[in-house]
Order: sequence, then structure tokens, then C-alpha cells
Amino acid sequence: MIREIDSGQVTDLVEKLCIETNVYLPEDVREAIRKAREAEDWEIAAGILDRISENYELAEQRHMPICQDTGMACVFLEIGQDVHVTGGSLEEAVNEGVRRGYERGYLRKSVVADPVRRGNTGDNTPAMIYYDIVPGDIFRVTVAPKGFGSENMSAIRMFKPSAGLDGIRDFILETVENAGPNPCPPMIVGVGIGGTFDKAALLAKKALLRPVGSSNPDPFYADLEREMLGKINELGIGPQGFGGRTTALGLQIETMPTHIAGMPCAINISCHVTRHGSGEI
Amino acid sequence: MERKITLPLTAELAGSLRAGDRVLLTGTVYTSRDAGHKRMCEALARGESLPFDPKDAVIYYVGPAPAPPGAIIGSAGPTTSGRMDAYAPTLMRAGVRGMIGKGARLPEVAQAMQEYGAVYFGAIGGAGALLAECIRECELIAYEDLGAEALRRLYVEDMPLTVIMDCHGGDLYKQGREEWLKEHGTAR
Repeated sequence: MIREIDSGQVTDLVEKLCIETNVYLPEDVREAIRKAREAEDWEIAAGILDRISENYELAEQRHMPICQDTGMACVFLEIGQDVHVTGGSLEEAVNEGVRRGYERGYLRKSVVADPVRRGNTGDNTPAMIYYDIVPGDIFRVTVAPKGFGSENMSAIRMFKPSAGLDGIRDFILETVENAGPNPCPPMIVGVGIGGTFDKAALLAKKALLRPVGSSNPDPFYADLEREMLGKINELGIGPQGFGGRTTALGLQIETMPTHIAGMPCAINISCHVTRHGSGEI
Repeated sequence: MERKITLPLTAELAGSLRAGDRVLLTGTVYTSRDAGHKRMCEALARGESLPFDPKDAVIYYVGPAPAPPGAIIGSAGPTTSGRMDAYAPTLMRAGVRGMIGKGARLPEVAQAMQEYGAVYFGAIGGAGALLAECIRECELIAYEDLGAEALRRLYVEDMPLTVIMDCHGGDLYKQGREEWLKEHGTAR
């Protein structure tokens, strides 16, 4: 049986998610901030974490964006292979949702039409859209607005397999160290290992969609996540880079098979305003 | 303890501030980021004046979100200052004495700050809603076509800031981390 979905429903859902994700910080990130505050014994760092909590609470009360960088709209679509979208282009339906969400939600339009020649598109489109075709008739939309203070501090490296786990460990610490105060720490670190050059980067971005504090189902990578989060929080960078324990709130690793000759590793850095929200039609 | 300070940022006031000081800042600041800085520096290069008097002025690196109904401005937290490093020394030479932003600066900026007696304040990156609360007045004064990047005059009251770099060579990013590592042991 083919299930039909009108593209207008997609637009409505994307609009709603763009606004909600920018105004309400997800519960997993709030919980991670609360836990970090309890563990933080450095005065200046504790003060910053308190202000960060006040900020997301105020944003919710005032119904305004948590951060003025309301990001590029990264939109992940999981589309059941038994779903048929009618009533126009799916891509355009998503972009129309972004356009409306950013206009009606008083969100900042931060997209330029050309990477070199610049020029604001005026409506925060185009969205960065990813399509996953899955079995069944599900239609699931996840919106993750991504700010560029942290995006700019991300990195990718094509390792030789001989670099091994130590190569990856060093690369993670080096990338966080290099990011320093720029990505608005405490940060959330998404790591993608394997695949090809492009897939590793996508895995790193998808790692940021996982609830903060959740573990990779493979105990090997779950251990690596705990180990690296611990090491990052010994660097001393601290909230806003002013010194302290809380340099990162979470670190999530996603992996996939790769070529015999390679070990791609991408690190997508995000901030304490890591936003994501999902809905289904 | 937070110290209340009122603008303009005179040489004397700037000289009294030290990296790590927490302040509540009141007064007029000007908003500008990448595209606005480029225009201001081009204007100075042509021998033209800036859209505001730069003497003892403070620039806030921010591109605010649009004002919702009933508000004068939307979320308004700092953007990454490093992107303005290419322009900051030129503006300090023109008289600008304060910068509000977040993130690391180049050694050239630190040098210019010592030469011109300037201060780099940090606002909490990502705290756009909280910082908007301190903004009492907002007026667009130039470069309207740049949208969020247009030049605005803001009047802020008790804006919570931390001195990141002072005009004596002090740098909280270095000192704060060093102090923490001294107490807790080095990581690597």
C-alpha cells in the first residue's frame, strides 16, 4: 500500500520545528548542563553555566531564540519507501517550511547565496537536506539548526589505518584544543569514523543528533566516548574558554565500514545550544 | 564581584580593567560584524569618516535576530571575534577603545590593544536571550542593506561581561586555563 502525503504537511512540520528548536533547548542538553554545573567546582565556570541556564529559560519564557545565530537549517528526512509525496516538489516544500519558520519565528536569516561572492538570500534558504529511504511508510522530519561559530571549528582527516585508535584520540583532542573558546564551550563533539570522505562528515553531524549522554551501542565505542569526554574535560578550557572543568557536555561517535586503505575521521563541533527536534507525518 | 562601569571607555577606565574582571557595562555601544567592518575600513581608507564617532567607542560584534512584536531587538549574543581581527587594529587607530565578542584574537590585535589602550570584553556566546534583556534602545544608523549585519546604536544597561584581554597584555584565555590546570594537574 502506498501512503500519500501532501507536500503542504511537510512545509507545516518544517516550519513548526524550525521555530521550536530555536526557542526550546532539548531536555537532553538541559540535563547535561545541569549535571556539568553540579560537577563544576571552578567559580568563574560555575557562574557561566548558571547564566547559560538562565538564558535558555528566559528564551522559553519570552518565546525568543536561545541564540541569535539561529543557524543553517539542517533537515533530515526519513522517508518510508511506501510513501508518495504529492502536491509539488519535496525539496521546495522543505525550503518553504524554512522560509516561513524563519520569518514567522523572528529567526535570523544567516544564509548567503554564494560562498565566495556572498549576498544574503533573505529567507535562510536553502536548507541542508538529507534523505534516508527506509522500509515501511514512515515519514519523519528532524530539524537541527546549526550555528557557525562551532561549525567553523570542525575538522576532517583521512588517516592511514596504521594511525589506529591513538591517531583518532589525538585528532579529537587536537581539534577541541584548536577550537578553544571559539565554538562557545561547553561544546558537544560529534565524531564520525569510517565510510568515505563525505560519509565521515555526515556521520559526525548525525552523531550530534543523538541524545547528549547516550552511548554508542557498541561497547568498544561507548568506552571510547567516555574516555575522550573525560580527556577533553581535563584540558581546562572550560565554559567560554575562561578556564574550568566543563569544556564539553558530551561526545558521541558514529561509525560505518570503510576501505582497506583508509580510516576517515570527521569531527563536528557544536555548542551548548545544540538544537534538534523531530516530528512525524 | 561584578564592577559597574559606564561608557565612554576613557583611557583611564580602560587602563583600570584587568583580564578576568567581571563587569556590568552601561552606555552606548555600536554593533558591527564581518561585512560592516569591511565597509568601515574601506571608508577610513578613502579618508571618509565613520557613521559614528569612534573616540573611546565600544563595538559589539553581534548580528541580532529580528525584533519580535513588542520588543526592540531579538536575541543578541556575541559572534566570533577572530573574523574581525583583520579590521580591528585599523578601528583602534581611529579611536575605538573597546570590543565585545567571544573567542580568540590574533597577536596583532593584542599588540594594537596595548598600543592604543584598548579592552576586549567577552559576552557569553550563545546567551542571546539574556543579553537582549540588557538592551534598552536600538537604532539603525548605517548599512541597512546588510540586514542583521547593519550598523546599530545600542544603549545597554548592566550588560554582564568579562574582560578577556586588557591593555596591559593580560589574557583570560591563557590565565584562566593555566590557573585551572595548576590546581587540577595538566592533561597531556
